Amino acid sequence: MTEKNRYFVSGDEAVALGTRLARPHVISAYPITPQTIVVERLSEMVEDGSLKAEFMHVESEHSAISAAMGVSSVGARSFTATSSQGLLYMAEGLHYASGGRFPVVMMNANRATALPWSIFGDLRDSLSQLDSGWIQVYVEDAQEALDMMIQAYKIAEHKKVLTPFMVNLDGFVLTHTYEEVEVPDQEMVDQFLPPFETPNKMSIEKPMNMGFSTSPADNMEFKFQQHKAMMDSIAVIKEVDQEYGDMIGRYYNGMIDTYQCDDAEVILMTLGSVTGTARVVVDALRAKGLKVGLLKIRYMRPFPEKEIQEVVKNAKVIGVLDKDISFGFEGTIYTNVNSALVRMQSHPQSYNFVAGMGGRDVSKADIEEMFMDLLHAAKGEEIERVKFINMGVEING
Amino acid sequence: MIEVRWHGRGGQGSFTVARLLGKAAALFENRPALAFPSFGPERRGAPVLGFTKIDDKKITDRSEVVACDYAVVLDETLINEKITNGIKENGTIVINTAHPEKYDYLNGVNQISIDATSIALEILGRPITNTAMLGALVAASGIVSLEAAIKGIENELKPSLVEKNVEVLKRAYNEVKGENHE
Repeated sequence: MTEKNRYFVSGDEAVALGTRLARPHVISAYPITPQTIVVERLSEMVEDGSLKAEFMHVESEHSAISAAMGVSSVGARSFTATSSQGLLYMAEGLHYASGGRFPVVMMNANRATALPWSIFGDLRDSLSQLDSGWIQVYVEDAQEALDMMIQAYKIAEHKKVLTPFMVNLDGFVLTHTYEEVEVPDQEMVDQFLPPFETPNKMSIEKPMNMGFSTSPADNMEFKFQQHKAMMDSIAVIKEVDQEYGDMIGRYYNGMIDTYQCDDAEVILMTLGSVTGTARVVVDALRAKGLKVGLLKIRYMRPFPEKEIQEVVKNAKVIGVLDKDISFGFEGTIYTNVNSALVRMQSHPQSYNFVAGMGGRDVSKADIEEMFMDLLHAAKGEEIERVKFINMGVEING
Repeated sequence: MIEVRWHGRGGQGSFTVARLLGKAAALFENRPALAFPSFGPERRGAPVLGFTKIDDKKITDRSEVVACDYAVVLDETLINEKITNGIKENGTIVINTAHPEKYDYLNGVNQISIDATSIALEILGRPITNTAMLGALVAASGIVSLEAAIKGIENELKPSLVEKNVEVLKRAYNEVKGENHE
């Protein structure tokens, strides 16, 4: 690793660096906190000629995703980025892009959804779009963000997949924290990620119908194919992770990552940057002889059902940290995890911790509290099924 | 892990210097670092905090800084009796002031002061004290070497600003070093 390839940058800047290496033809985006720096840096790269792309200053996120689909429909590579209200404003286009099988790549800075208005981080924006047909990955640090921008195109554009891809970064905690990243050489990335080739494009030589209507006679088949492509993407995600690691030197373990799970009695599941803080807590509790483990869910769609089942099969109790709540039920990640658990012959008990919403810090003490709760449950003690962590008001109190 | 908390007002460069210190450690001493501002809207003149974490192994802890080893105050109008909250026992506060005796009431932490504003006005012609305060912190703490801090400035600042800021850094560094030797 040469010195020139090491940069001290924010998560947003790492996304811009990774995106430049993927050589998108067109960037169409509307700035929104905390994504703004991604768009600023990319516009500077286009301006200074270090990124040969068209930068479209669109008037809204709805236009950003529409333009990205247009780019994809002629066989070109597109990039967009958004956050929170912007993602929600795109919602119609999200389904359009996945239904049209346009392999658009988007960065989303995870941020709370209004009201009350909040520019700070949580996962209620992207988790509310789980059913929009996009692949969703959640990254832990700036290096993973950079690397996943490159992998995203390779996975999304794979002929078995052809599905749009959303790379999620925790707002501020990740987007605005500066750290060292290693930037791979352009030639190596070019080798890993050749130009986008697809037979499904607008072409004078081979005219075809795109973005069409269906009747009840065939709609379901299209939706089934979308579903199958997403299920097939699990194998592609693993292959691409392996290939990226072999070429560039960093592996992310595919659908999930695990830490100290082999002999763990209790396992906490996390998404995104809070995983890093939880690693420190696992180390501290392991030092005290407590058998705790950590499972980082990288992909929420496709969902790592088999991978989770394999890791938790010997655990007594598992917990799920949700930086979100599906009002009237429980955390959305928890619901998904439970669905994977009940398909096991016998499965561990599961508990939900709702924390860190609207940008509230998730401290090491908070995470320790979650692990201690799980350890109590493992001893047969009764604990709350869905617990709000570090909250200043009482429920029904 | 060493944690530094920077106090300044929007526009004074307190986050720039938090990042500069992180860069100096990460890129020029191969020691992992994180740098981040107090998150939220940015306004000129409003009190802001910057944070730098430096360690000998990869830093994965992304929770807020609860107890810092050093607090560095670029603007003394931000000082009140609560400013020492969240500084570790045996921690240090580095204050930009021409009148250190005003802060004798701050108990329980080591105090180092430097008239960074005068240094900045003399050399830069502007009261931008972030690099002076970095010099003072480096001298007081040895968190990074003076050489790494200089490389950080060369890497971070616009070329036209580098030479004079390196001068500011060295002046502040030597001033604090000199006092420590007495």
